[in-house]
Amino acid sequence: MANRWKPDLTERDVTPESVYLNRRALLSGVAGLGLVGLAGQGHAQADDLKPNTWEEITSYNNFYEFGTDKGDPAKYAGQMTTSPWTVRIDGMVDRPADYTFEDIMARMTVEERIYRFRCVEAWSMVIPWNGFELADLLNMAGVQSGAKYVAFETLLRPEEMPGVRFPVLDWPYVEGLRLDEAMHPLTIMATGIYGRDIPNQNGAPLRLVVPWKYGFKSIKSIVRITLTDTQPPTSWNKAAPREYGFYSNVNPEVDHPRWSQASERRIGAGLFARNEPTLMMNGYAEEVASLYAGMDLAKFY
Amino acid sequence: MLADQVNTAVRRIPVWLVYTLGLLPAPWFLYLGLTGGLGVEPIKALEHELGLLALQIMVAGLCITPLRRYAGLNLLRFRRALGILCFTYVALHLLVWLVLDVQTLERVWADVVKRPYITIGMTAFVLLIPLALTSNDLSVRRLGPLWRRLHKLTYVAVPLGAIHFVMLRKGFQLEPLVYLLAIAVLLALRLPVLARPRRTSRA
Repeated sequence: MANRWKPDLTERDVTPESVYLNRRALLSGVAGLGLVGLAGQGHAQADDLKPNTWEEITSYNNFYEFGTDKGDPAKYAGQMTTSPWTVRIDGMVDRPADYTFEDIMARMTVEERIYRFRCVEAWSMVIPWNGFELADLLNMAGVQSGAKYVAFETLLRPEEMPGVRFPVLDWPYVEGLRLDEAMHPLTIMATGIYGRDIPNQNGAPLRLVVPWKYGFKSIKSIVRITLTDTQPPTSWNKAAPREYGFYSNVNPEVDHPRWSQASERRIGAGLFARNEPTLMMNGYAEEVASLYAGMDLAKFY
Repeated sequence: MLADQVNTAVRRIPVWLVYTLGLLPAPWFLYLGLTGGLGVEPIKALEHELGLLALQIMVAGLCITPLRRYAGLNLLRFRRALGILCFTYVALHLLVWLVLDVQTLERVWADVVKRPYITIGMTAFVLLIPLALTSNDLSVRRLGPLWRRLHKLTYVAVPLGAIHFVMLRKGFQLEPLVYLLAIAVLLALRLPVLARPRRTSRA
C-alpha cells in the first residue's frame, strides 16, 4: 500500500544535490510532476522550505550510542556493522520471526518522503527520506487484534558503540508508539536519504521516522519490533519523565521544562538567521490531529 | 628547586600578554562561526564554546591559590587577568544567547524566570558583575578588607556556572560532571581544615 500519502514538500523543494538529481533524472519526472499539483494546500510554510544538504543531515546527529556530541555519530558510527542485519518482529503478531534486512527490502516498496524533522532541542531540518510505510512491515508480520502498542529497540553492541560505556541512558535505546500512530501512513521506516543508503549516523540500515513527533521518537538502527497490549517504556521518558512524555508530539504551545518549544533554529541557516515559529504537530496537524481528538495535549505531552 | 625556576620564568611573562592571548579565541570563534568552522548549527556551537571557555578560565583561576599553597608556584599576578577574561567570556556567552539564540526580549525574561538552569546561569553572571567592576587597584585600595570578602563571591558564582552546565545537558553526562567535581575539589582545598597545615609548619 505505498503512495497513500502525498507530501507537501515535493520535488521542487529539493536542493540540487547532484547524486540525487542524477537518480531522479533516471526515474523520470512524471510522478514528481504529479505531486506538484497536490502540494501546498494548508501548509503555509511548505513552499519556501528546502531540504537540508547531505552534509548537514549527516554531520549533525544525536545518536548517543556513539557519544553525546553532535559530531560523534559521524565520527564513530562508521564502525557499526550493518550487514548482516536482522529485525526480530515478535509479540502479538501472527508471524513472529527474525527477518533479515534483505528479506524486508524484497517485500517493501521504497518511496520518497520529504519531511520536516524537529528535534526536541529546538532545531530542525528538512530531510528527503527514502523508505516504506511501517504499516506495510507490520502487516507483513500480521498484527493480532489485541495489539495496542508497538515497541522498538536499537542495536546494543558495546564493542562498536563507544557511547554506551557511559550510562547517559539505560541502554539499549527503546521507543514506542500507539498502534494507530504506527499504522498511520505518515509513519515510515527510512532506509535512505537523497536516494542513497542511509548512513550509519542517521540510523542504518533502517530507522523509524514519525515526522509529527520530536526526533528522539524516530528510533535508529532497529533490531526489534514488538507488538504489545501495554504502553512500552521509552528511553527518554525513563531518564526524565517530566521532560519527555510518551507522546512527544511537536507542540509549540507545550514547552520543554528547560526551554521554549515555540520556535526553532533551522540547521544551515547561519549565524544571524531568525528563528522560525514551530508548527503544531510539526506542520502535520491536518493529517494526524484526529489521532489525539479529546486528549489534553499538555497532560499527554 | 623546580618551583623557583618556574616562578622566575613566569615573572618574565607580562600580564598584557595573558590578556591578549586570552582574548584571541573570541574573534577566532566568530570567524569560525561565519565560515562554517563551527558546523551546521553555529549559534549553539558559538554559545557553548564561549560558555565552556569561561568555565575553563574559572577553573584555572581557582587553581592559583592551591598551586601556591601546595606547590609553591606563584601565579598570583595573573589572577586578575583570568577573572576579567572569564567575565568577558561569560558576557559574550550571554550576548550570543540573547541576540542570536533567543532573539526576543520577552522570551529572554520568560526563560530567566521559568527555566532553573537559566536562572542559575544568570545568577552567576550577576554575582560576577561587582567582581569585574572592582578588579582594579583603586577598588582594592578603597575597599580594603571588604574587597577580599566581596571577592569570595567567586566561590558561589563558579559552582553555579558548573551546575548550569550540568543542568543544560540532556541526561547526566560525563563532561559537565567532571567540571563540577574539579571545582568542588578546588573549593574543598580552601576549607580551613585542609588549609591549616601550611601555617603550623611555618611557625
